[in-house]
Amino acid sequence: MMMRLCAILLAVVTATSLTAETVKLAVTTSFENSGLADVLLPHIERDTGLAVQLLVVGTGQAIRLGQAGDVDAIFVHARAAEEAFVADGFGTHRREIMYNDFVLVGPQNDPAAIATATTASEAFQAIAQAKAPFVSRGDESGTHKAEQSQWQSAGLEPAQFSAWYREVGAGMGASLNTAAGLDAYILADRASWLNFGNQANLALLFSGDPALFNQYAYLPVSADLHPHVNASGAERLENWLTSNAARELIDGYRIAGEALFVFNATP
Amino acid sequence: MFDIVEGLRAAFWLVVTGDSDLIAISLRSLQVSLSALVIACCMAIPFGTFLAVYRFRHRRLLIAFINALMGLPPVVVGLIVYILLSRSGPFGVLGLLFTPTAMIIAQVIIITPLIASITHQAMRELWAEYHDLLISLNTSKWQRVKTLMWDGRRNLLTAALAGFGRAIGEVGAIMIVGGNIDNATRVLTTAIALETGKGDFALALGLGFVLIGIAVLVNLAIHWISRTERGRRW
Amino acid sequence: MVVEMFPLHLRDVSVRRHGKTILGPVTHQIGGSGLTVVMGPNGSGKTTLLRAIHGVERLSTGQINWAIPAAQARDLQAYVFQQPIMLRRSVADNLRYPLMLAKRPTGEIDDLVTQWLARIALSDAKSMQATRLSGGERQKLALARALISDPAVLFLDEPCANLDGRATKEIETLLTQTLDRGTRIMMATHDIGQARRLATDVLFMLGGVVHETGVAPDIFATPQTAALQAFLRGDIVE
Repeated sequence: MMMRLCAILLAVVTATSLTAETVKLAVTTSFENSGLADVLLPHIERDTGLAVQLLVVGTGQAIRLGQAGDVDAIFVHARAAEEAFVADGFGTHRREIMYNDFVLVGPQNDPAAIATATTASEAFQAIAQAKAPFVSRGDESGTHKAEQSQWQSAGLEPAQFSAWYREVGAGMGASLNTAAGLDAYILADRASWLNFGNQANLALLFSGDPALFNQYAYLPVSADLHPHVNASGAERLENWLTSNAARELIDGYRIAGEALFVFNATP
Repeated sequence: MFDIVEGLRAAFWLVVTGDSDLIAISLRSLQVSLSALVIACCMAIPFGTFLAVYRFRHRRLLIAFINALMGLPPVVVGLIVYILLSRSGPFGVLGLLFTPTAMIIAQVIIITPLIASITHQAMRELWAEYHDLLISLNTSKWQRVKTLMWDGRRNLLTAALAGFGRAIGEVGAIMIVGGNIDNATRVLTTAIALETGKGDFALALGLGFVLIGIAVLVNLAIHWISRTERGRRW
Repeated sequence: MVVEMFPLHLRDVSVRRHGKTILGPVTHQIGGSGLTVVMGPNGSGKTTLLRAIHGVERLSTGQINWAIPAAQARDLQAYVFQQPIMLRRSVADNLRYPLMLAKRPTGEIDDLVTQWLARIALSDAKSMQATRLSGGERQKLALARALISDPAVLFLDEPCANLDGRATKEIETLLTQTLDRGTRIMMATHDIGQARRLATDVLFMLGGVVHETGVAPDIFATPQTAALQAFLRGDIVE
């Protein structure tokens, strides 16, 4: 009995896998949830021969992975944190690739009446005044930091909000799930919202203010600090991401007929 | 309720159409968890048996400690293994992070105390039963361990299956040390977490039912191979 | 071989448990032939004495010395416990076990197992789980398992305590055959009839010490001490 068991287990354990040249890229949950990654990766592999391994984590964790040298490059949307990353020597430089925008999503009956607001600040003020339930990412991600700066531009201090303001400390999808379950307002990136499968009673209520634009940037990890990173691979990936092939794919990406991202890389 | 029906339907379609992604991540789940099981059993079963048979100082303390380790939160184990395997960490040079090997390491750490604890309890009772006879027959310590392990093999199988169950359903640790990378370290549980996060509950549930099905099949297969649960009398 | 191991010397042996002395002090010399019956009322220390001599009971004081080194002596003994301990295996595998421990060749093992299965009339049950045997069958199996490696000394603790007449007869027959082959036997029993049938000599225990010794059949005909006289009469002896 034992011998048969051992033979079968041995066969399973020794299964092997092949690898192409890989580049490890830490990206944010918002980028993965938009679905754009699934479009780009096969093209990247075909055009450059690189197998890009995506680690989908929050912005905070992506930056930690970059600092530790556990990935070859990071792709995030939190400008202040990115500039600090380069200034402190963890990354070689910051290259803007594309932007999308944030939208305010909330219950269809819109208790805070933000659909009629003309600016983002007005919308946020309306929510605070109505003390309508609001779900915040609360995880130091790019989306979270954008949300914080919106409250501040509106002259409000999140630390002083009462129980209507819920910090969940989770990724984009998980936070949207919570908002759907609570019938609450939430700031999300447009792409994640459109691709989200559990919209329940929520609807897109406010968007379009340029203050809500969301810039994505690519930062290679410093090979001076971490000699083992695949610096040449990271460079070839960067070249592809700023090429015309990328421009076409990114500008052409649509969900339900809507364009999501705008390519704005400069050569 | 509707979601559950949708989930069952999704599971059915995934299996019937032989979805290649599903097959790949299922095989990877089995590879990681079965490897972890084999390695953990090789350490935990002899260790648990020796613990039942040997007498030494602080033995009770060690037993209590191992029982306590069963309550190790998997995600904490994952975090510690990540810190150890990170490039900035002591074992970074091995380049094991974000590979199935790292996942196997984390799962071995999680399930070894469980298997050792159940083994120890079963072997202890059997040792109490055999004690006088084995001493009278002048057996060496190693002969005693072998005899106990063989005669207690049904309980050891239970211990192993408990360990397997814990491993195949684990998600916190392997998410951190594996990274849930598509085509590299994505397994059933991390895929379920991903789809749940995307709000695609039907697909997540479908994968969940597939996972349950695989776990049941593995259990049945092992019972069939070891010819237990047969015979008219229990 | 039997002669070399003996005489067995017990010097000032005692066993204490939870503060009570359950055996001892015992100073005695035991010779190398025949069947010694260790007799006495319950709680008189018979089991403890046998276990101490065999080496499965730790002594609180004193020494037990065989005529050969202790390590050698251990290999030449076998013990049948009051409640026979069955390995959770088949009947045949139980018999095989001591021979496998001794690393005997497979052909030899198979032959011996077949022989002994026949001697204890369990050939038909050889693949049955030993734990499913009846009381009498277990006792026979335990005895066969003890004898299969041909020990120089055999210890038995109340071997027929819970058996019916037929099973008792089978076991006593086996014991007589074993005795005839030259194996030294030491047996504890409170069954006076059995003692009369089997004993070559008697050790009468009372209160943890050796109260009287003697050779059969003399000791049964003319017991010296009042306690033994009372015991043989069937009275309750404390």
